[in-house]
Amino acid sequence: MSAAKIPPPLDVDTLLDDPETRIIVCCGSGGVGKTTTSAALALRAAERGRKAVVLTIDPAKRLAQALGLTQLGNEPRQVAGLPADGDRPGELHAMMLDMRRTFDEMVYAHADPDRAEKIIANPFYQTISSSFSGTQEYMAMEKLGQLTATGDWDLVVVDTPPSRSALDFLDAPQRMSNFLDGRMIRLLSSPARAGGRSLRKIVGAGFQLFSKAVSTILGGALLADASAFVQAFDTMFGGFRERATKTYALLRSPGTAFVVVAAPEPDALREAAYFVDRLSEEDMPLAGLVLNRTHPVLAPLSAGKARDVADNASGSGSKLAAAVLRLHADRVEVADREKRLLSRFTNAHPAVRVARVPAVAGDITDLDGLREIGSRLADGAAAEGRPAEPVRQAR
Amino acid sequence: MTSPGWPAALHGVRLHVVSGKGGTGKTTAAAALALALASGGKRTLLVEVEGRQGIAQVFDTAPLPYEERKIAVAPGGGEVRALAVDAEAALLEYFEMFYRLGMAGRTLRRMGAIEFATTLAPGLRDVLLTGKVKECVTRTGADGRYVYDAVVLDAPPTGRLVTFLDVTKAMADLAKTGPIHSQAEGVVRLLHSPATAVHLVTLLEDLPVTETLETVHELAAADLRTGAVMVNKVREQWLPDRSVAPAAGGRVDAARVRNGLSAAGLDLPPEVIDGLVAETVEHAIRVHAEAAALARLDSEPAEPLPRVELPLLLGGVDLGSLYELAEAMVDQGVEVRHTSGAHPSGVHAQP
Repeated sequence: MSAAKIPPPLDVDTLLDDPETRIIVCCGSGGVGKTTTSAALALRAAERGRKAVVLTIDPAKRLAQALGLTQLGNEPRQVAGLPADGDRPGELHAMMLDMRRTFDEMVYAHADPDRAEKIIANPFYQTISSSFSGTQEYMAMEKLGQLTATGDWDLVVVDTPPSRSALDFLDAPQRMSNFLDGRMIRLLSSPARAGGRSLRKIVGAGFQLFSKAVSTILGGALLADASAFVQAFDTMFGGFRERATKTYALLRSPGTAFVVVAAPEPDALREAAYFVDRLSEEDMPLAGLVLNRTHPVLAPLSAGKARDVADNASGSGSKLAAAVLRLHADRVEVADREKRLLSRFTNAHPAVRVARVPAVAGDITDLDGLREIGSRLADGAAAEGRPAEPVRQAR
Repeated sequence: MTSPGWPAALHGVRLHVVSGKGGTGKTTAAAALALALASGGKRTLLVEVEGRQGIAQVFDTAPLPYEERKIAVAPGGGEVRALAVDAEAALLEYFEMFYRLGMAGRTLRRMGAIEFATTLAPGLRDVLLTGKVKECVTRTGADGRYVYDAVVLDAPPTGRLVTFLDVTKAMADLAKTGPIHSQAEGVVRLLHSPATAVHLVTLLEDLPVTETLETVHELAAADLRTGAVMVNKVREQWLPDRSVAPAAGGRVDAARVRNGLSAAGLDLPPEVIDGLVAETVEHAIRVHAEAAALARLDSEPAEPLPRVELPLLLGGVDLGSLYELAEAMVDQGVEVRHTSGAHPSGVHAQP
């Protein structure tokens, strides 16, 4: 602990105020508060004068209500309840991703009506568009591309799908591209015609066996559907891949800022570290790490001392005082652990800027709650242990 | 309603499925459960299926291969083994078994053909994973007894849980005959038998509790049995009960705190007292919310559910504290108690 590095601060307001910041992507593993962070950033940006839109993936019901997202719509709507301020005419728009509809719209945009109908009616399309594990990520990227292309907003904040690993967001579109590429499916459905002689030579008779085994397991009907789907898809696929490549390029552009979100837990920080490494490999611009739900100590008093005094307290007010000391001692331990976890991250990634966001007791259910998170995000760059500002529940 | 304890109905369960909302600590709870069930000379298997290597992290060991390995010794001489099931490896295993692919199998895997096959039908992946779990649950040794007294499955999070366990539905995607199909029928029998229980890990927070209660309904609708609700990270509540509500509303008598501290020999400057008061308010808000969450768990489920509580570990979870959690479970009655090594009715080992 003695050599703990202090991470450089992530100055959220500078990021939000910079007109060059056009896209903010919030990523991180599941359950770390990505959606809330995205919404809070977008709201703060809007209230600081930006015309912002937030694309959420799967917001908790009450957060969705706070944003006025009571029904699914695949287009952004303006969020009411922002103060009308003449000096800073910002706006906040919000939308929830409708994965299936985004996919349908894409098919219609890239294929003539007949072919589009055929694709959408294929049972295999139903599987791909609703339960394929990369579809949500792919569609989030697609929607991000669309929102940016309209030019209606000067800042797009994107939440990423709740995946097991933060890296899924970057990998899924590529995986889906490969999958729809059609080589495998042609091999399976008509191995005699496809694949080329060289490939068959490598795997030899094994491949015939394999394709027979696969069709025994999956059933001929599924293979036939898949094959028909991929064939129908083939002509529009060029456009598809081109779009994915474009969105990837967009993510790499200087107007994009990735915000990696984590909670002070080993798993979440490990994922955050993987993601940070990956972003630098891919030349994608990292703004910094948001460490959500921290429990900074608000009174400088050691845990040991607090417990000692609590054990010996007696007399008037002693019960309350002892309780206060014990809960303080617990908090010191929690805070120490959080600091330890963060310094482990910072030792490995000393250049990554960090904003700490102290936990808000209770759920975020309205714009005031989001505002409070926003102001904690902005203050989060300040060092721990600063003079105690009573941190109360927002509202 | 839920009530504390581990009822007799769970003693004979052989497959313990553990799930929960992301971030509730389901892998930790599953690991502690495997340890607790192994206490007193039993042997359990802890299985993960999501390729996360979560078990290796919890037990602080190298990543697990697709192979059962001893990973911990339980109090009283028991043993926990662990297995990370990999759907692609499981599919290859089938191909080897039924089609004798030989070398070609590995080449196909390198080409991505195996991944492609499991991607083509998302249900196939789940059927392969649950199939392997079932094989472990029903495997018997030379003496005709089960190899494992209990198997604990660290399952996908609640959002995906019912899809994962609904093998019947997944099979609708697949061929109506063939080796995997008959294997799946055995999986369906096991999952819907009294030998299986699904435990849900939750925190005392609004969203996880809501998701837990929804999952209880979904499980019932899919004819799957909910076992216990495992309440994780239960914190010590230090404030006198009657002070919680006022403190949660921001009303803490700072003068009283200062006097109490003074009487105990601790004189602190006003800003430190303010800091302590602010911490107390936050603590009270949390305690208050937790009590409300617990009340929902107690009152909302239509059927009575057992509840097991796991204490919050302030320093985080390490191997030592995993034993602490297992002990807390044992203290609440968690154990395996089989009538004999015979097969429970309805579930038979299939070669």
